[in-house]
Amino acid sequence: MKIMVAVKRVVDYAVKIRVKPDKSGVETSNVKMSMNPFCEIALEEALRIKEAGLASEVIAVSMGPNQCLDTLRTGLAMGADRAIHVDAPPTLYPLSVAKLLKALVDVEKPGLLILGKQAIDDDCNQTGQMVAGLLNWPQGTFASKVVLDKEKQVATVEREVDGGLETLCLDLPAVITTDLRLNQPRYATLPNIMKAKSKVIKKVTPQELNVEIKSDLEVVQVTEPPKRKAGVLVSSVDELIDKLRNEAHVI
Amino acid sequence: MIAVAMLRALRPRPFIISSSSPSSPLTSVSRYISTLVLAEHEGGLVKQSSLSAVAAAGTISEGNSISMLLAGSGPSLQQAASHAASCHPSISQVLVADTDKLAHPLAEPWAKLVHLVQQQGSYSHIIAASSSFGKNILPRAAALLDVSPVTDVIEISGPQLFIRPIYAGNALCTVRYMGAEPCMMTIRSTSFPVPLNSSDSKSNGAPISQVDLSTFSEDGIGKSRYLKHTSQDTERPDLGNARVVVTGGRGLKSAENFKLIEKLAEKLGAAVGATRAAVDAGFVPNELQVGQTGKIVAPELYVAFGVSGAIQHLAGMRDSKVIVAVNKDVDAPIFQVSDYGLVADLFEVIPQLLEKLSEKK
Repeated sequence: MKIMVAVKRVVDYAVKIRVKPDKSGVETSNVKMSMNPFCEIALEEALRIKEAGLASEVIAVSMGPNQCLDTLRTGLAMGADRAIHVDAPPTLYPLSVAKLLKALVDVEKPGLLILGKQAIDDDCNQTGQMVAGLLNWPQGTFASKVVLDKEKQVATVEREVDGGLETLCLDLPAVITTDLRLNQPRYATLPNIMKAKSKVIKKVTPQELNVEIKSDLEVVQVTEPPKRKAGVLVSSVDELIDKLRNEAHVI
Repeated sequence: MIAVAMLRALRPRPFIISSSSPSSPLTSVSRYISTLVLAEHEGGLVKQSSLSAVAAAGTISEGNSISMLLAGSGPSLQQAASHAASCHPSISQVLVADTDKLAHPLAEPWAKLVHLVQQQGSYSHIIAASSSFGKNILPRAAALLDVSPVTDVIEISGPQLFIRPIYAGNALCTVRYMGAEPCMMTIRSTSFPVPLNSSDSKSNGAPISQVDLSTFSEDGIGKSRYLKHTSQDTERPDLGNARVVVTGGRGLKSAENFKLIEKLAEKLGAAVGATRAAVDAGFVPNELQVGQTGKIVAPELYVAFGVSGAIQHLAGMRDSKVIVAVNKDVDAPIFQVSDYGLVADLFEVIPQLLEKLSEKK
């Protein structure tokens, strides 16, 4: 069984982002970019499944401009066997990504598709669900534990839901999206980074996959959120209680 | 034009429409607005977050005809349906899908159900709350309908114009939906509060209809099976809706010490929250996590103990009315968003708070 993992290049999670003065978006030039943290977790899970002898190959895919190749190299250095880069415009909405992924799944025929639960830039939390819908595959979203049964061809997925955990059993092939607590992703070691340079990254275009990139959403503007007015530092617990009671009236 | 729209809004809307009319973005603005709210229910009641989705639907336009869709099986579904019929004055119809296939809120049958109900009712908008239920189901249903959904809307500026946070709430994005109907979205429930007295309007009992499931496609539905749900039993208020939230971070140092937070929460009638660090360290279960990847809260009072204030945590609580931070480190970023900050050791502050709050009440 092959596992396909979708990875996205995003502004590093630790960067304090700046909104462009013309309100067209967020400044991304000269900003540190990294693999989306949830995608790292997705890739790590795929690698662990392969290391447990339950999968034969891990394929990393990414969509967007040429800089995505860096993200794919990182994925290969972590341990993915090969990679596919879909050469596409930088602003892809989840519906387009899901259609491209479906087209790739039709070609590669993986038994499992793993994605992060959301990208930390657009915070959409949609792509995995959408591709599962398009493929008519079962979905295990916000997974915090995945157990594969090779005999029965099922995956048991523990999901993080409001108010607790939910366990589902999915027939393979299936789509899984990862939550933070699924695993701790590994670091790529220097020898593996060197080895990754000789691994294959195949390039395809949306045209070759017969997917038309169009969007039914338009970004009108991006603005900064309202600033909170400066607060005060109090010197004692008494003062704090007094302020909450008599100034803010919340207790 | 307006009179026609009002007449249509007043007339009970026929549920089954034989042919779905083709729609284009050009005509959709002038078209009659009708919204389907995907609702969650528990113990015979519609969940509070789903009522927020109704409140959001009410802001799309005047005369919006709102239908609520409930699914499941058994008596609790029927109870929830009658609750739905009277819980909000702007609900004009309750649709009930009663089948064992929907006994648990699995994404596969739910998405098919939404697809079917949309074919029958041609809604202009479909809304769910951004709960784990809504986030799981709505994008899948949107893919089946070939439209782009909008996640976590915090403001509706027009029938096709929405504001949503991006980059962990560090930027607000205004998006216009230009696609075919339906326009689908999940809404952030803390941004659309439900008035408390809205549940006693018994005069307005919305009609309850059963969804015609005769054409419900079962293809692919059995591929996922529900096994179990485990939850923490707690008597404290629900984190998402609490008026006061007391949160602990890594500074608590242990699960044992977290009991201090719980004691204080009890005293304040508050819900308990936690940072990712506290969850990862095993102090508390992960459903208490507040932040970009956990719960988004906006209580009247948010009290943070031993929380540094990482970007990802602030994303989940920056819209609270009053923020109080107690931290030893005067440079902690949490002090930049707090209304009242106290630079002190939380292990000294919490016992004092416990003592002083009780003596004055």
